[in-house]
Amino acid sequence: MSIPQSHLDAAKANRHLRGRIAIAGAATYGCGESPGMDDMTLLVRAAHAAVADAGLSMQDIDGLATCSVNSGMWTMPVIEHLGINPTYVDGTMVGGSSFIAHLLPAVRALDAGQCNAVLICYGSAQRSAAFGRKESTAARRFMDPQPYEHPFEPVLPVTAYALAAARHMHEFGTTREQLAEVAVAARGWAQQNPEAFMRDPLSIDDVLKSRRVASPLGVRDCCLVTDGAGAIVLTRADRARDLKQPPIHVLGSATACWNRQISCMPDLTTTAAAQSGPQAFAMAGLSAKDMDMAQLYDAFTINTILFLEDLGFCKKGEGGAFVQNGAIAPGGRLAVNTNGGGLSCVHPGMYGIFTLIEAVRQLRGQAGQRQLTRARTAVCHGNGGTLSSQATAILGTADTV
Amino acid sequence: MQMSAQTHYQAELDAGRFCIQQCPQCSKHVFTPRELCPHCGASPLKWVRPSGLGVVYSTSTIARKPDAGGDYNVALIDLDEGVRMMSRVEDVPPDAVHIGQRVQARVAQRDGRGLVLFHPANADTKVNGSAA
Ligand SMILES: [Zn+2]
Repeated sequence: MSIPQSHLDAAKANRHLRGRIAIAGAATYGCGESPGMDDMTLLVRAAHAAVADAGLSMQDIDGLATCSVNSGMWTMPVIEHLGINPTYVDGTMVGGSSFIAHLLPAVRALDAGQCNAVLICYGSAQRSAAFGRKESTAARRFMDPQPYEHPFEPVLPVTAYALAAARHMHEFGTTREQLAEVAVAARGWAQQNPEAFMRDPLSIDDVLKSRRVASPLGVRDCCLVTDGAGAIVLTRADRARDLKQPPIHVLGSATACWNRQISCMPDLTTTAAAQSGPQAFAMAGLSAKDMDMAQLYDAFTINTILFLEDLGFCKKGEGGAFVQNGAIAPGGRLAVNTNGGGLSCVHPGMYGIFTLIEAVRQLRGQAGQRQLTRARTAVCHGNGGTLSSQATAILGTADTV
Repeated sequence: MQMSAQTHYQAELDAGRFCIQQCPQCSKHVFTPRELCPHCGASPLKWVRPSGLGVVYSTSTIARKPDAGGDYNVALIDLDEGVRMMSRVEDVPPDAVHIGQRVQARVAQRDGRGLVLFHPANADTKVNGSAA
């Protein structure tokens, strides 16, 4: 699918917003296993930590963006629990890409003066909660029916990504070893991140020999099922400069959605990131070659390969070759998913916000052992549904504005 | 009472008939069933009987415990009418299903409901005048 020029022109219309808004606070809470917790508790603790990280109080928050897999009205109990009275509310739910998709509308609202501090937050106890992943999946068959897929019993989401991986292998000669490189690289980064859930050594052979789930994908091609929460706080850049942390500016952002069901995706080897990516880069006035890191939504190993291609780090079909020989592992040519990603760090159902938080930590120089020596720009990319929605953000330090 | 596109589609299947939609304005076939043509916006779409012939666009073998029925196939099929659908290719081991394979639809009845499944097309199945 080729992207019409009008879509890129539309993105350039956001150019004046480049850098005007910054991430002033960021935090995670309860990543991994948090027995006894529920979604709201995790979310609120992450939100509280992010607001404190910014040097603000909860009463400073007058904008909220959040959503949940299990509740269609999630903004309301969150507002109630936080005790805030926002003038800006966004509950857009486009799966795991949501929290990146929440950026651009929040940037507009802040720039327009509708609000002064927006909290974007997420929490999920899907690993530990009584109403967990299994129950939620069963309930969603009624709440979000897919009558043209469910009768064939695809195990979603993994079957959808397996079909994409099989097609990518068929069209471009991508190999299972190349898919495995993605998981091994993620583990390499995770081993440098104390917050990461899985930190044992992992070899390509381990990935290839892991239990098959949906061919060509094995269990080590699949993201974790963890608890966890994350939150960020956005303010106008002039205010962010006077706050506690170095501001991390939103240089570009865009969201694209082409389908819901995998069977309705136009072409399984090109995702809507081929639209959201160029649009976000057009707003930022930058391109993939300007990025010091890529934080990509790696729900499955094929995701990383698809997004490297669609975001312009390599040509379509060359993602497998791009990741070979540790190219995206620590010390490789491009730093990808430096926290360990959804494959090895954390994946509480929707991962998008963790791409932003890891980028913020790297851009602030607060990433500890895994800190990159050059960290001025980052692309964060979120995926939702079954390759259904894509959201991209370009972040940068103050000297990139 | 009016019938939704989904209800109509399923009622036809339950009666053993596989129908898809076609746009009266741009003539393109449409699947999944819906109210408006996704290509040109026209409505209403008309119901037609596809040839049932298609090609495997992608395929996956889903792991399942033997006592639960064992591994099974899930595939995306591109029908010759130019639309794609999820289904299963049966009558062959799941791992024997491959991309590019010619397949033929049949309507099966499972739990009292009609369901479109596929099996490998015969080698002599004529498509557009040539052997598949
Ligand atoms: Zn039409």
